[in-house]
Amino acid sequence: MTITGRAVVLRGDDIDTDRIMPARFLRSVSFDGLEAHVFEDDRRACASTGARHPFDAESSAGASVLLVNGNFGCGSSREHAPQALARWGITAIVGESFAEIFFSNASALGVPCVSVRSEDVQALMARVERDPAAAVSVDLERMAVQSGPIDAACAMPAAARSAFLAGTWDATALLTADFGTVRAAAARLPYIAGFPPARG
Amino acid sequence: MGSTLFRKVWDLHTVRRLPTGQTQLLIGLHLVHEVTSPQAFDMLRLRGQRVAFPDRTFATVDHIIPTDGQPRPFADGMAEQMLTALERNCREFGIPLFGLESGDQGIVHVIGPELGLTQPGMTIACGDSHTSTHGAFGAVAFGIGTSQVRDVLASQCLAMDPLKVRRISVGGALAPGVYAKDVILAIIRTLGVQGGAGFAYEYAGPVVGRMTMDERMTLCNMSIEGGARAGYVNPDDTTVAYLRARRFAPAGDAFERAAAWWRSLASDPDAAYDDEIDVDAGALGPMVTWGTNPGQSVGVGERLPAPADAAGAEREALADALAYMGLEGGGPIAGTRVDVAFIGSCTNGRLSDLQEAASVVRGRRIATHVRGLVVPGSKRVRDAAEREGLHEVFREAGFEWRQAGCSMCLAMNPDRLEGREVCASSSNRNFKGRQGSPAGRTLLMSPAMVAAAAVAGEVTDVRPLLPGPEGE
Repeated sequence: MTITGRAVVLRGDDIDTDRIMPARFLRSVSFDGLEAHVFEDDRRACASTGARHPFDAESSAGASVLLVNGNFGCGSSREHAPQALARWGITAIVGESFAEIFFSNASALGVPCVSVRSEDVQALMARVERDPAAAVSVDLERMAVQSGPIDAACAMPAAARSAFLAGTWDATALLTADFGTVRAAAARLPYIAGFPPARG
Repeated sequence: MGSTLFRKVWDLHTVRRLPTGQTQLLIGLHLVHEVTSPQAFDMLRLRGQRVAFPDRTFATVDHIIPTDGQPRPFADGMAEQMLTALERNCREFGIPLFGLESGDQGIVHVIGPELGLTQPGMTIACGDSHTSTHGAFGAVAFGIGTSQVRDVLASQCLAMDPLKVRRISVGGALAPGVYAKDVILAIIRTLGVQGGAGFAYEYAGPVVGRMTMDERMTLCNMSIEGGARAGYVNPDDTTVAYLRARRFAPAGDAFERAAAWWRSLASDPDAAYDDEIDVDAGALGPMVTWGTNPGQSVGVGERLPAPADAAGAEREALADALAYMGLEGGGPIAGTRVDVAFIGSCTNGRLSDLQEAASVVRGRRIATHVRGLVVPGSKRVRDAAEREGLHEVFREAGFEWRQAGCSMCLAMNPDRLEGREVCASSSNRNFKGRQGSPAGRTLLMSPAMVAAAAVAGEVTDVRPLLPGPEGE
């Protein structure tokens, strides 16, 4: 599985899901239309100073890879954040590290988050900032992120990787496949069984 | 070699190993609220699936509800639509809902424990990152996203990798005016907002052993702010005493059998940990965050870090946070003017939090320029506080006394900051824009410190305001 596309560079550590998707846009019973509000407050703040947020750069239109720094997606568990990024067009995220719940949520949507070394992120970011048309490839078989002369090893927990390679990132089918075993496991738990007296 | 509580509970709930290598983990208690569930229920409908264990699933409404009056339909049409969707989903899928008229409604992480739904040895999941709160009881509890809410609804299971366990032993004795909130802010400051990635935090040591369940919940609640998806405290006498006679706790002889089982799950004395650290809380003073993540805090008497003292990316991050907050590097945090005081949230919206704050404002008035809001964590907390007359104490001091909900912690209802207002807040996140205004600013602190800031109109050390021999 390889994802190739142009990239958006979003610098900064500890970018939380409130920034990716401010809470007021969670006031909905669906995920429809969230892509219009991704990073909305940061984009407005940038615009008010005459600067342009990476998601508003002309070169970002049609980009599919997101380049980030450390602890991306920390904070709230809102899936609205990766949903918005995916609906905007992001199909893979490359960074130094990811918050766990964000990683799980993105994986469940089929958006792989791969970790690369800090110096490799810097090199990838510098290359894309120099040449916004540069393609970035995320190869989950070879576990490498490649762009021009850069070929950086990337990492991802083994289970998540095998789920992507097998196409089973939507776990519901796996988890409902053997419901008898689930029922039996539940019946063994004292608190589900009602704390029965010990036998014998 | 012994075992940790985390490992024992994990093994008890392991259904099987999945082809991906992950564990299929049974979830003993699934808590549901109105924001992260409607899409999950829709996915079930689309796939023609039912809820696997409706009797292990409980719902309430907390994030979007107004706190200044709740006649239906709500004035806010979207809030009304979200609650209506939850009511319909619970009806259709057979899930008990603690709604507004039930008398049991409140923040999901407050009502689970107070109803006795949360018990030691359970695995608990909820579409909310502060699910770590329930770990205070010796449960393995973590936040999940909406796709995983769908998984749990459909199968009562999650596909997960086990976490490592870091034991954080808190020694010393907390000084008066220093609370669990200060301990967890200090831990996050030390270990960092990402320090807990891949770990469950086991909070232990004499300070934690002496903590009430309310305090342990505050501690575990903010594990996620330190990057740890779960945090827990081993069950002990305090845990058992709290649960006795709770509505959903076992009764009669079954309670005694339950208590024995709960105690047996505590980490063994010779358990092996992936990491262990000691924290001395004896010297700890009241903490206040100054920046835009919960790791950026100082003692109320300390000075703020200066960008000049840092290097590289850290220097930039410091400068950015200080600029957003409008604070001067190297300056004091005490004396920072506040516009709003918010007491509430799943971190600090329980009865003991309101009692501590009330003891500070009793007989005093909040500063004329401060808007003060007290939002109990649940209807039951609100009722209990009113029986003690706390609502009168807060009202006489100039606070608004509100209905239960998440309110200004994340401002999904009408309670929000305006413009660049500064809020002294007992909540859990000081992210940019968190409290509803894109330019709003949040200073996290204990409820007593919020009360003190409200009275002084600026950040101030609560200790001289405390009643009793230590104060006036």
